[in-house]
Amino acid sequence: MHQALLIYLTVGGAAFLFPGVGGKRRALVPALLLAGFFLFFLFKLPFIAETGAWHQVILWIPELGLNLEFLLDGLSLFMVILVAGIGALVFLYSRVYMKEYQETGRFYLYLFLFAGSMTGLVLSANLIQLFIFWELTSVLSFLLIGFFHEKAEARRAAFQSLYITGFGGLCMLAGIILLGSIPGSYSLPAWLASSAAIRASSFYVPGLLLILVGAFTKSAQFPFHFWLPTAMKAPAPVSAYLHSATMVKAGFFLLARLAPVLGGTPEWKYIISSVGVLTMLVGSYLAISQKDIKSILAYTTINGLGILVLLIGINTEQSASAALIFLFVHAMYKATLFMMAGMIEKKTGTRDIDRLGGLARHMPVSFIIALLAALSMAGLPPMLGFLGKELIYEAKVELPGINFPLLVLGVLSNILMVAVSLAFLYKIFLGPPRRYAVAPDEKGWLLLAGPAVLALFSLVLGLFPDLIGNTLINTALPVMHAGAGEVDLKIWHGVNTVFFLSLLTVFFGLLLSWLIIRKTTLLEAWRRMNNAIFYIRFSELFSAAIDRFIAFSGRKEKVMQHGYHRYYILTIVSFTALLMWGKVILGGVEWPEMHVRVESFFIPVLVGVMVPAVLYSTLTRSRMAAIIDMGVVGYGISLIYMYFSAVDLAIMQILVETLTVVIFVLVLQRLPRFAILSTRRTRIRDLTVALVFGSVMTMVALFAVQANVPKPVSEYFQDRSLTDAFGRNVVNVILVDFRAFDTLGETVVLITAALGILVLIGKKTGKI
Amino acid sequence: MNTAAALPILIPLVLMIIMIINRSDTLARWTGVAGSLLLLACSVYLFATVRHSGILTLQAGGWRAPFGITLVIDLFSGLMLMAGSVILVAVSVFSVRFIREDCCNNRFYVFFFSLAMGLNGSFITGDLFNLFVWFEVLLLSSFVLITYGSTPQQLKGGVKYLALNLLGSLFFLAGTGLFYGETGTLNMARLAELLREGEYSASLNVSAILIFVAFGIKGAVFPFHFWLPASYHTPNITITSLFAGLLSKVGVYAMIRVFTLLFMHDQVFWQHLFLVVAGLTMVIGGMAATAQYETRRVLSYHIISQIGYMVMGLGIYTPLGIAGALFFMIHNMLAKTAAFMVAGLIRRVKGSYELMEIGGLYRERPLLAVLFIVPAFALAGVPPLSGFFAKFILIKAGLEDGHYWITAMAVFTAMLTLFSMIKIWNEAFLKKTPGNHPGINPPVRLNWIDLFPPAFLGSLSILMGLFAGPVFRFALEAARVLTNVSPYIESVIYGLSP
Repeated sequence: MHQALLIYLTVGGAAFLFPGVGGKRRALVPALLLAGFFLFFLFKLPFIAETGAWHQVILWIPELGLNLEFLLDGLSLFMVILVAGIGALVFLYSRVYMKEYQETGRFYLYLFLFAGSMTGLVLSANLIQLFIFWELTSVLSFLLIGFFHEKAEARRAAFQSLYITGFGGLCMLAGIILLGSIPGSYSLPAWLASSAAIRASSFYVPGLLLILVGAFTKSAQFPFHFWLPTAMKAPAPVSAYLHSATMVKAGFFLLARLAPVLGGTPEWKYIISSVGVLTMLVGSYLAISQKDIKSILAYTTINGLGILVLLIGINTEQSASAALIFLFVHAMYKATLFMMAGMIEKKTGTRDIDRLGGLARHMPVSFIIALLAALSMAGLPPMLGFLGKELIYEAKVELPGINFPLLVLGVLSNILMVAVSLAFLYKIFLGPPRRYAVAPDEKGWLLLAGPAVLALFSLVLGLFPDLIGNTLINTALPVMHAGAGEVDLKIWHGVNTVFFLSLLTVFFGLLLSWLIIRKTTLLEAWRRMNNAIFYIRFSELFSAAIDRFIAFSGRKEKVMQHGYHRYYILTIVSFTALLMWGKVILGGVEWPEMHVRVESFFIPVLVGVMVPAVLYSTLTRSRMAAIIDMGVVGYGISLIYMYFSAVDLAIMQILVETLTVVIFVLVLQRLPRFAILSTRRTRIRDLTVALVFGSVMTMVALFAVQANVPKPVSEYFQDRSLTDAFGRNVVNVILVDFRAFDTLGETVVLITAALGILVLIGKKTGKI
Repeated sequence: MNTAAALPILIPLVLMIIMIINRSDTLARWTGVAGSLLLLACSVYLFATVRHSGILTLQAGGWRAPFGITLVIDLFSGLMLMAGSVILVAVSVFSVRFIREDCCNNRFYVFFFSLAMGLNGSFITGDLFNLFVWFEVLLLSSFVLITYGSTPQQLKGGVKYLALNLLGSLFFLAGTGLFYGETGTLNMARLAELLREGEYSASLNVSAILIFVAFGIKGAVFPFHFWLPASYHTPNITITSLFAGLLSKVGVYAMIRVFTLLFMHDQVFWQHLFLVVAGLTMVIGGMAATAQYETRRVLSYHIISQIGYMVMGLGIYTPLGIAGALFFMIHNMLAKTAAFMVAGLIRRVKGSYELMEIGGLYRERPLLAVLFIVPAFALAGVPPLSGFFAKFILIKAGLEDGHYWITAMAVFTAMLTLFSMIKIWNEAFLKKTPGNHPGINPPVRLNWIDLFPPAFLGSLSILMGLFAGPVFRFALEAARVLTNVSPYIESVIYGLSP
């Protein structure tokens, strides 16, 4: 399988790298490649049906548990056939649809990479690898939604979708890592093998929740659903391919993959199915009151995704087969309808449903295609959609325990769907004809080819459901639900509960659609009501939240990075002092014992001079006095060095001190008059910080003095200075021999400083 | 060939002297590139040697440890030397055309190589005080570079940079002095040995805080980071790119080196301190970045934020966590430098760093868009670029060791980074050129010298993602050496190669 992906990447990549090769037919290369994929995997079907799975492992980073693992079983085969098949058709469609735009090369490149990533995603058996492809699809979706990048709305939509799905992705990654620590692997077979241990673990609930956030964001579940309608800013092929047929199904796919591992617990059942139900209702309810045809389709997609998630939450044999069928059905009709919507927009120049009508006369073929697709969406016979809906009802009816409320809500949502589908169809194609700037036509047969193929599939498979039931579905079903038998697909199931439910749905659906079409005032009222009830628009709320967060961060940044040097230093010093004191108090440090030993008369006298000098320098109002005081301290220190017979140090100290005092005096003349500008409070604050820091430094110094050093290197230096380094002055020998490397470094420092000053002055004077 | 261990310091020294003597601009530029390549070759050689025959030590002047100064190259040093040299090569090429903007002259390369010298010195020294010396070399060369253009803004930024970093140096010096006072040695291996034998922990830890703060200031860790946003947006973009790749990372390097060697016997305290500081650094840096509208400022705050990740790896303190920190460091050096370079190219093309004043680059300069999106997405952690693996390793290390809070922070910060990168992408590339800022006319041509360095670093980031395996293996080996210090001690003190 990895060879297939590699061929895909190289051939397709080459086509994009050398623009001359593809030319205007550039879209055909990926279309052909995807068609090849479609056939390749289709011919693998008997093999998979027989052997169960085809598993390939290529070592990548085994230390991290991250290998390239590809798994072709019934489920991934099912998905990959959808991805490749619809992908090929979408590329053909885009060849005409995108003709008039700029930057189509990049568009095709992104779409091509997306198809590859999506294929990689569904074939992944290593969950980290799956995550990598998952993120890639998010990023490519971002790039594709932002195709009309000069429009602020498109940019915002692209950002929103990336942000939501990216956030979910990261949560999912954390969940995978968390649960992966139980089997010690991210490989799906390993997870399956230790599924009981995973479910029993204390990480189960947090891990599950994190993974669910990932799946829900990707599959646009409530309350993350809002990115999907916003994403309709993308060109129609993108909406058809990514945002209805494939990418948004990735969340469902992940759940289906993990159901045998994580499923079967109450958490799984109740969390997933309630989110699914909610999403289903929100989707179908909001679909009715939309005006933009792509928005209508987006909300019905949300409804479909909700149903899928609900079914995976229920997680019975019937629900699994219903989910598979419905996924297939939904991909078929939704891709068709999105492509039709794109075509209608192209031909009429609008997507507003109230400004469309009577198109059947101008576009008869389109009408037939749309009719088939809409019937499938409504779940009416003889389309495959009908079968899907029947199976869903059956799954709910046979569900022990929670069936009743689910059934009622399901019927409600389906009634709404019937109404939406029929109203959609009627308003656009039948209804009163409108004036169009240019009479719509059906030129560009490639625009119709894709939808036609898909619609015919829905019809043929609806009439002969065994074609898919005995093949794709029956191979995929055991993967989702171990030990599942064969699904029996037929249109006529006899007179039973499900049949009555269907009748009920159709009746009320027709009624409702009639109401919507005839009584425009009713629809208007509905829209007004929705606006009133759903005054919280998630998408705008999201943007507002981001804006507020930025404003908040901006304010905090201003507070933090205020630009006052003294406060920076104050912050650093106080933080350090607090940390050190904290460590002294909490760290179990033994307080230094004070042994006051007066070794000589000399030191106390020096200290007796230096301490008042320090104090005076802080209190005096004369700068000159302060400098002199500091000088006194400096010279005092050099005398202490002298006392301990460090002559070189003493000389150095005297030099530095003298130089400092001289420089200070020179600078002093240029300073403004001395004034006390700080308030009493700031001075007290500064005093406190200084005392806290000074005291702790004193403490540490005392520790150091007290330390019982076993054998300091200085003894070695004293011993060896003359014998090994041939120098009597130990300090000098240290500087130029024992630690000559330090001196080298310090020399470089000096050179750098000197040259730096030269550069600074040179820049001023214009010569260097 | 242990003497080769001194080459990373000696080569820049010689080059620096050549640059001081040389007065020709052209010669300086190409010597800069050639010298950086030489350094790269040398560090690759050293790394290979270390991998082949274990830790490399050189007793400077022949004074055996712990009495002289020991240069030590283990895997960690080797990795950092290589990554640092890669940045140096890229920046030296980038500078060929860019440094000319600032009153062109050959002096830049003097400081370039003294910076390289300080950098390499810090990476390979085995002596605490010697480390301080290299920090001084770094500090002074970088200060001169910041103020290189002599504009008032640069001087203002430079002074803040210098003053706060000098405070750090002061703390470092005080800490080192106290250490010496309590143990009688400055050799890090000997110190590590003593600390593992004796009962030093309690009071030494108080002095260690000074060293922690010093490294924190160098590494721009919250709340010691103020100098970075105050200065990084002022100098020539070549210099900012150089700093972004190298400067703060040296602080983190030193932190990892010193704290794995010396202070981990009081693990609980340090781990908690590191994790708290790491979390604050990431989140606050990331938040502050979201509010910026100047490319260099956005990227600068993200330097801070990403330092947090590295400290997080240290705080987790498992081999995996430290390996994550190392991986992250290398990734960040590459991606960050590339991102700053692209910001410079944007400025050259559009005449501004302000996001409000630029746009339309996606259509006008597709190549530049590619060059930006690679490091940007790498920084945001999008797979399969290097940043994803860096974050993945850290998150894995965090979760497996039970550090849930810091991991949540890391995830949150990843979202903040993503936001900032998308912001630059949207504003500079996707949106139309604002009407009131038409940009530079006639359009500036970018030649391969401009595009090569970010392309080079970007492709390295991609390769580091695709071939994350080998890099991670190196990082993990290096981390194992760091967490099990006895080979280090033995090879320094007793001259044994493990």
